[in-house]
Amino acid sequence: MSPRIALLFVLLGACLMAAPARATPPIEHWQTAAGTRVYFIETHDLPMLDVSVDFPAGSVFDTAEMSGLAALTQRLLRLGAAGLTEDEIARRVADTGAQLNGRFDSDRGGMALRTLTSADELKQALDVLGRVLQAPVFPEAVLAREKARVIATLRDQDTKPEAILNKAFSALIYGRHPYALRAAGEPDSVARLTRDDVLAFYRSHYAADQAVISIIGDVSRAQAQALAAALTASLPRAGRAAVFPEVEDIKRAETRAIAHPALQSHVLVGAPGIRRGDPDYFPLYVGNYILGGGGFVSRIVDEVRSKRGLAYSAYSYFEPLKVRGPFVIGLQTRRDQAAAALEVVRSTVREFLAQGPTEQELTAAKQNIVGGFPLRIDSNRKLLDYLRVIGFYELPLTYLDDFSANVEKVTVADIRRAFAQHVDAAHLETVVVGADEAMLRASAKSE
Amino acid sequence: MRAQAGKIFKILAGKRRRDHRSVPSKSTMRTQFNQLALRCAAFCALWICTGANAAVEPQAYKLANGMRVIVKEDHRAPTVVSMVWYKAGSMDEHNGTTGVAHVLEHMMFKGTQAFPAGEFSRIVAAAGGSENAFTANDATAYHEQLHKSQLPLALRLEADRMVGLALSEEEFKKEIQVVMEERRLRTDDQPRALLYEQLMATAFTAHPYRAPVIGWMNDLVNMKWTDARQWYDTWYTPNNALLVVVGDVEPRAVFELAEQYFGKLQPRPLPERKPQAEPDQRGVRRVTVNAPAELPSLLMGYRAPILQDVAKDWEPYALEVLTGVLNGSDAARLTRTLVREQKIAISVGANYESTQRGPGMFLVSGVPNTGVSVDVLEQALRRELQRVAADGVSEDELKRVKSQVVAAKVFQRDSIYFQATQIGSLEISGYPYQAIDLMTLKLGQVTATQVQEVARKYLRDDALTVATLAPQPIAGGAPRSTGVNREP
Repeated sequence: MSPRIALLFVLLGACLMAAPARATPPIEHWQTAAGTRVYFIETHDLPMLDVSVDFPAGSVFDTAEMSGLAALTQRLLRLGAAGLTEDEIARRVADTGAQLNGRFDSDRGGMALRTLTSADELKQALDVLGRVLQAPVFPEAVLAREKARVIATLRDQDTKPEAILNKAFSALIYGRHPYALRAAGEPDSVARLTRDDVLAFYRSHYAADQAVISIIGDVSRAQAQALAAALTASLPRAGRAAVFPEVEDIKRAETRAIAHPALQSHVLVGAPGIRRGDPDYFPLYVGNYILGGGGFVSRIVDEVRSKRGLAYSAYSYFEPLKVRGPFVIGLQTRRDQAAAALEVVRSTVREFLAQGPTEQELTAAKQNIVGGFPLRIDSNRKLLDYLRVIGFYELPLTYLDDFSANVEKVTVADIRRAFAQHVDAAHLETVVVGADEAMLRASAKSE
Repeated sequence: MRAQAGKIFKILAGKRRRDHRSVPSKSTMRTQFNQLALRCAAFCALWICTGANAAVEPQAYKLANGMRVIVKEDHRAPTVVSMVWYKAGSMDEHNGTTGVAHVLEHMMFKGTQAFPAGEFSRIVAAAGGSENAFTANDATAYHEQLHKSQLPLALRLEADRMVGLALSEEEFKKEIQVVMEERRLRTDDQPRALLYEQLMATAFTAHPYRAPVIGWMNDLVNMKWTDARQWYDTWYTPNNALLVVVGDVEPRAVFELAEQYFGKLQPRPLPERKPQAEPDQRGVRRVTVNAPAELPSLLMGYRAPILQDVAKDWEPYALEVLTGVLNGSDAARLTRTLVREQKIAISVGANYESTQRGPGMFLVSGVPNTGVSVDVLEQALRRELQRVAADGVSEDELKRVKSQVVAAKVFQRDSIYFQATQIGSLEISGYPYQAIDLMTLKLGQVTATQVQEVARKYLRDDALTVATLAPQPIAGGAPRSTGVNREP
């Protein structure tokens, strides 16, 4: 045996000893007696635990009339529960050093806890989490105060170009679908909300058999089973799955220009994209890396920023949700450059849709996404986010194991076909906040 | 390129301290660093006792050319973060060329003699990595996150651009436009960022902390590629650099790689750094910012000491604990009294950084509730500070802050990026990484009396600057950075 080969064997041996062979940690999955789905990764590297409990209770379940109800309900969970005032809850959590945070988006509402796993701290932190999820009180005085805070913040937001942009863009691409609604609601709609509304929303959307619990950290499977069961045991069962209304295409191909005194125009271009679990997810994900998701190596950043210096930030992404989440392209640029930057974006997208990526671009994209896979799962925080998505959207338990193969499989033809099917260049909606005079005139005329 | 990483910092910080949004960071790095100072500041004591999962101590090494290397092992995943820090931040700039540290940071991605513009990002991307950089008051840092097998690549590229930057006028002319867009996006059109910028410009008259990291717009407009060149030639040398590597690596092997790639680079003498100390403040200063908004906003800064002697000082530790008592959790004083009980504010914050190169500042901030004037909010905030000075803090409050610190010390270890930033920012500001544990211990020894004493001594009008955002009507969401391909 040559010394070199001998060394190789030594190295191999060292690797085998050092590395627990799997590339991805195994996900354990079960249902509690109350019908809650649980997703668990056991890891004892750090004496800490992350628990996240998500319900189908996001802003998609709001109506225009009562926009903000879902968010307000979630916000109030920890502000009084099961014999504890909001101050007592805050103190009990802080005394353990734990972090208790709300989780809220278009689809989901819930809570997340990060705590030490030393016995006393773990017990106290989990006890608080169990109470706020299962027995929130929604005190009238707290409700009034929080409404006032939300309304004031919304009014302030309504002066910010980004907030104005996001609101106008969602309204434009989603029309009457609740994804059009701002998550925190509108000043008028929040003002209307009552304790009865909040209670009713809580009772109908925070059900044991709809909840998804994600757990990662320094507990055994038996501990995880016990703690998960205790978090939703006393919640009612809904008996049927939450209904997410389907998204219909608007296809107005409209450009809305909105005046604002900002130095920059803030621009969004897009349309409804795909739902979570869409079979075209990987071609679109890999393709978008090339189009505008891959930072400095993507076409949009190259054309808008690197070649022309037109913007600091330019990007595109798909945000798959329970039903079709948005496909978004965005940038901000000095007001007098907005029309030019917009034209660069549009021609970049047209070109990409017509030709697709080159083989070389696809190879580079795969190298990054597959080569960088270990970076996606190198902390409990990142793995928890995957658990939450896999669990809530019922993706395969082997999602992480299959991830690299699914990326490798994508061809140039797949990307062209998938983009052609899901992105219609002729029917993208555009919103510009802080638009110049010419854009404002053109926009007014088209309305 | 990218004070963009700054954005990443802000986001992290914002997530951690929910009520903290109204205190904008002096620089992106600083925000993060405060987190660490307060939170790191925990008791290893307890931590070491509980023991089983104790972290491996970092190892240090120095190259013959003066470059330092610090390696911390973390074998939880086969990944690594590599950071090259330069002790050259905006505080090393001069009037007329403010922002040049950050502009040069952008130019560091625009090609070397060996790799043309764009190649850096392409090579790192093809290796499955991600790369970025950030500029702060005290330092500039460049980082790559990669599979551990790709560490040599990161070091090779960093060594290459430490000495071989192309810095062409043509690339500069495009990139300076990008930096101006960055300033418009993150400062000029952000009322609370403007408020912070004006607070610093008012509170400091001599010290360079008075200028924003991104630079004044007029300085950017008039900047030449030769300004960036001069900055590079002055500060980018191995004896002004620090390499921090955290991840699934073996320190000896990293030291050898550092020798291989950085060892051959020649050091250059560094210019003398004048202290430019800020003269004593003699009375309250006030500044108003008019900007489009609905809600007014208040930012108060008290001049405060920084940590000089890690073992002997106690005041900076007491100020850290005071921050925790006021604003460290949902149970902390300011939120409880002013937001929840008295409903005077929509949000409140407090912030203090004990470890930095320049003078310290104890920040208190708030947004008044609808119908409450900024004056009333200011009086209420001062009342709370007075209450600490007059009556001190309870043992319960003290204990709670310390629990937070102990827990945060564990939670932080979930991120190798955080660990590398913690080590780098301390070291580059002159605090040895070995002092982290001592600082944690010292924080644990802070008494209620000491907290009261620092409140009395430092939270007084003579050292106060107040900045007020006066909302203007707009006559007629958070921007996402590049690299946002969302997954999952």
